[in-house]
Amino acid sequence: MSKFKKKKGGELPAISTASLPDIVFMLLFFFMVATVMRDSTLMVQNSLPAADQIQKLDKKDRVMYIYAGKPSGRYSDKYGSQARIQLNDKFADVGDVAAFVLAERASKRQELQNVLTTALKVDGETNMGLITDIKQELRKVNALKINYTTRVGDYTQNIN
Amino acid sequence: MAKRAAPEVNAGSMADIAFLLLIFFLVTTTIETDSGINRKLPPTDEVVDPPVIKQRNIFTVVVNKDNRLLVEEELMDISELREAAIAFLDNGGGQGEEACDYCKGKRDTSSSDNPEKAIISLKNDRETSYKVYIAVQNELVAAYNDLRDREFALLNPMAGMTYTEAQKRYSDPRSTATEKAKLKPMLDEVKSMYPQKLSEAEPSKTN
Repeated sequence: MSKFKKKKGGELPAISTASLPDIVFMLLFFFMVATVMRDSTLMVQNSLPAADQIQKLDKKDRVMYIYAGKPSGRYSDKYGSQARIQLNDKFADVGDVAAFVLAERASKRQELQNVLTTALKVDGETNMGLITDIKQELRKVNALKINYTTRVGDYTQNIN
Repeated sequence: MAKRAAPEVNAGSMADIAFLLLIFFLVTTTIETDSGINRKLPPTDEVVDPPVIKQRNIFTVVVNKDNRLLVEEELMDISELREAAIAFLDNGGGQGEEACDYCKGKRDTSSSDNPEKAIISLKNDRETSYKVYIAVQNELVAAYNDLRDREFALLNPMAGMTYTEAQKRYSDPRSTATEKAKLKPMLDEVKSMYPQKLSEAEPSKTN
């Protein structure tokens, strides 16, 4: 009756985990490529307004970013609820914009210095007064190309 | 028949599958880029002798501190702004040398002479909200883009794309140089027909 004898090693063998490193590396590479690095941590609220007549900002090396909006969360105790400008990692005044632009310009390669674009990432709830002040400062240092960074969407989302 | 132990699955090709997936994702994902409305600020040097511009060639848009729109001295809802701007730009009321043969407007003598002379003047208050300002900018740019799309389709019926699509292709760094060289004269022609003349006044102070 040996035909019907139960075999001892009948259970399934363990699945090989030799390829686990490959899978992990794949995921790692994928996220490395797909993530956009943010140069500076945001200290202001930044819900951008929507627009649909937009152009892309390719070539990241030609762009400098100016953030503005109300100080967010933990900064609002210290800096109040008035809209502020953020340059790199610090809150700044309107008077600091010109120096910031000149410093950014000096840090770029020579051939790019004349084609820089200033991207204004401004919160939708900000008053135009602050933006006008920034624009006047930009004009003073001859940084004339600007981009109002927006979300993609219909303009009616801005009106409520 | 003796029941045999299940053979171990060969994992040797797992790495190949992993790399295949990796390459697939590498090729298909586009890294998110920022986008927005491009503008050019006027240089600071004062114009000594500002040119005289006829009132009928200026389309004034004022946004007040309550985010309401005053267009050509009349209250207007933002949904009507695009139509109004198109009607103004495309009016073509000029006579003789200033006539505009491609305009399809009403040829009203109290509105703009031709698109080259037509200027949109945007004025906002310091307390205007940025959201509304962007909405207004968006609609004014849309008016220009609509007109340019129309002329582009008439001039290049074989192109198979609109002006805005062509512009996107042109500014895309992945487009080839030959394609860019082909698109540039087509784009420039339409741009010169409807030049974007959008002037921004210094904002008014709120008392």
